[in-house]
Amino acid sequence: MAVSTNTILICAGGACISAGEKSVKQVLEEKLREYALDGVVRVVETGCMGACDLGPIVAVFPEGVYYQKVNTENVKKIVEEHILKGRVVEEMLFEGPQGKIAAEVYEEHPFFKKQVKIATRNLGIIDPMNIDEYIARDGYFALTKVLTEMTPEQVIEVVKKSGLRGRGGAGFPTGLKWEFTRKSQSDKKFVVCNADEGDPGAFMDRSILEGDPHTVLEAMTIAGYAIGGQKGYIYVRAEYPLAIERLKNAINQAREYGFLGENILGTGFSFDIEIRIGAGAFVCGEETALINSIEGKRGQPNVKPPYPAQKGLWGYPTLINNVETFANIPPIIIKGADWFASIGTETSKGTKVFALAGKVKNTGLVEVPMGITLRELIYDIGGGVPNNKKLKAVQTGGPSGGCIPAEYLDTPVDYESLKELGAIMGSGGMIVMDEDTCMVDVAKFFLQFTVDESCGKCTPCREGTRKMLEILEKITRGEGEEEDLEKLEELGKIIIDSSLCGLGQTAPNPVLSTLKYFRDEYEAHVKEKRCPAKVCKDLIRYVIDSEKCVGCTACARVCPVGAISGEVRKAHDIDPEICTRCGSCIEVCRFGAISKVSP
Amino acid sequence: MPKVKSLEDLMKIKEQALKDLKMRGSQKRGKIVVAMGTCGIAAGAKETLKAIVEALNKNNITDVAVIQSGCMGLCEVEPTVEVRMEDQNPVVYGHVTPEQAERIVKQHVIEGKIVSDLVVRKGEV
Amino acid sequence: MVKVDLDKVREIVEKVKKETLEEGDILINALHMIQDYYNNFVPPEAAEEVAKLLNIPASRVYEVLSFYSMFSIKPRGKYVIRVCKSLPCHVTGGREVMEALKEKLGVEIGETTEDGLFTLETTSCLGLCGVAPAIMINDQFFGNLTPEKVGEIIDNFRGDKNAKE
Repeated sequence: MAVSTNTILICAGGACISAGEKSVKQVLEEKLREYALDGVVRVVETGCMGACDLGPIVAVFPEGVYYQKVNTENVKKIVEEHILKGRVVEEMLFEGPQGKIAAEVYEEHPFFKKQVKIATRNLGIIDPMNIDEYIARDGYFALTKVLTEMTPEQVIEVVKKSGLRGRGGAGFPTGLKWEFTRKSQSDKKFVVCNADEGDPGAFMDRSILEGDPHTVLEAMTIAGYAIGGQKGYIYVRAEYPLAIERLKNAINQAREYGFLGENILGTGFSFDIEIRIGAGAFVCGEETALINSIEGKRGQPNVKPPYPAQKGLWGYPTLINNVETFANIPPIIIKGADWFASIGTETSKGTKVFALAGKVKNTGLVEVPMGITLRELIYDIGGGVPNNKKLKAVQTGGPSGGCIPAEYLDTPVDYESLKELGAIMGSGGMIVMDEDTCMVDVAKFFLQFTVDESCGKCTPCREGTRKMLEILEKITRGEGEEEDLEKLEELGKIIIDSSLCGLGQTAPNPVLSTLKYFRDEYEAHVKEKRCPAKVCKDLIRYVIDSEKCVGCTACARVCPVGAISGEVRKAHDIDPEICTRCGSCIEVCRFGAISKVSP
Repeated sequence: MPKVKSLEDLMKIKEQALKDLKMRGSQKRGKIVVAMGTCGIAAGAKETLKAIVEALNKNNITDVAVIQSGCMGLCEVEPTVEVRMEDQNPVVYGHVTPEQAERIVKQHVIEGKIVSDLVVRKGEV
Repeated sequence: MVKVDLDKVREIVEKVKKETLEEGDILINALHMIQDYYNNFVPPEAAEEVAKLLNIPASRVYEVLSFYSMFSIKPRGKYVIRVCKSLPCHVTGGREVMEALKEKLGVEIGETTEDGLFTLETTSCLGLCGVAPAIMINDQFFGNLTPEKVGEIIDNFRGDKNAKE
């Protein structure tokens, strides 16, 4: 993801397309890849530059040099001369009248198409430090409406009717949660916002808190009114200092304007919010563990029931929703339940924010209607897999989720469909993996995470996940036996059935789902002691192709352990006994002579 | 700030804020919005912001405000900067390094020409 | 050894108490502030004082300190480097960044450099997957890293020390 040094604009106006723009672009991109410039030089299609007779036109920025009549042959010169050596290709320079040309980028980035923004509606648009800008985008109108026109029961009815489900992972209907908490009898009740976003690959909650903190405050206050609560806590992880700073500022502003505190909007309703900061424990995202942590204890989960709606913070009924769930509330109140329910699928209403990461061109946050297919998400919005690699699998739901193989790309994304595939919606992390990813390694990676983060309270999770990890390590070392695969499945099922909280109950998912869809890869590791993706260090060797090696000695110089030997201008050789498989040599070889092999 | 007590109070704030957001009726000719989420900052947005402020100062431009906002989601092209000049569609630029930031100030703010090669999106959201 | 100023500890606890709206448990917030004050660790003497002030057994303070990965009762470097070890960073070159850091600093994970400047740690996801691989140094973030870039960042921090002290 290097920052582009050059951008090449290529005219995709009708005339240029007919003059062969598409194939020029292809050759251009191939040429850039050949020189490993595809990450550094951006190729962008633009609208008609207005010099159709001399097309296709190609422009190189930041220099602002325009070339005319570019074809599949001379486009190579632009790369080899201009980009590589910084020399303008004189004979191809645009000769039309000065000022005739003006490159305008064709269309907006495809990334933004197909997105429907509800929870992230204000991100990047308003100044998060300025409450007025939030108000300008209808901020606090939902709260005003709720407090002046609606009864708590009506509010809950709207949320129920909207079909909104928890965006933190399990997908429990939000309205029902609110109703349960409302019905619990107590003189004191709490609203908690779970901002302990910890799933690797998920960062929508951080972005919402940083970009639109008031929406969470407004929604929590609405929730407080609906359930009959007086106080709210936002539990933010300590890894998000900027989010904490912006929330603190937002809370102060909201208090100044009278949206928090005593007698809000003169209605007699009082509510205030405080921030509590985590200290680096993934399990605190589990709601009972989170409550313990707010109370200043070790963040370990409790047995449910009782649910927080009955007995939560300090024993009082407590409503816990996550950041994204709350961010949906103000628009639902303003635009109505029917509007929200009209988006999405039968069982999953509204939108979901996904964090696209891994081997995908456009990494970032996207908000899409539920029911969109994985293919649309990854290819149309995400721009596909870079470097012309094949997509192998998509991991959703982080360490609680599973891997979905490429053949299921047309699955609509909603709570039920993902579950059927052995993955989960989770908090919306979506990690794209290409053919270079070893699925056993991925499973091992997630399990390592769970082992680190298991709080240790219950045995199945503490010991079981560790045992599973040991087996996976054995397999990736090339010491796996055939019965190990069954052992993994058996252990996984036991851990799911007997763990105390969500962390343990979902921890085996990454292993079980990869075993289901990529069993052949496991078998290759176990039976043939081979890593098909050439990732597992103990199962691969680095070799130099003596045909391609020119003996430049670059690899021998960079090798940290001195495993490469050979004379200048003669083919080199790698000693597999000394080699640590660090991969430095592949990176420096300019002749593509070094490759990885797995027996 | 007096506390907001009614829908009317809120409407008033909204109207004023909307004007400020679109800059009609305000003193400024335009504004530059830098996405300053943690991801933007990690990608170098602070340096970009600094470069923009410096470039504006260097050219004695006082009627363009520099403002921060949250992340607009396309992390791949961070740091991102939105330029919103009076009576023009806003333009979002990506991969804005300090050097590019200077170019944007020179070319877009001063000369009024869009810096095409950096454009990520155009128009109101 | 760091000298522990118990008055300062009392002051911090009082401040946290005052900032809290309702009498709840303020232990974790207080420990965060003490840790910030003592440059990234909580001295055992300070922890005991907190227990006294909050009228809870020292074991309760200790169990909290030992449970959360961000707390340390051992002195750490002036700068704690937290390297994201989650998958998005891992697949985009996080491993190489970690190796480069280890080599540059001459320490393993969990260790502090001899000059007391840097402690190298891992962290679960920092939520910066869009600019992966990423690291956090105290409360600053750095993304889109390469082995070369982290080298420069470390050099800058080293230079900082000379400038500020």
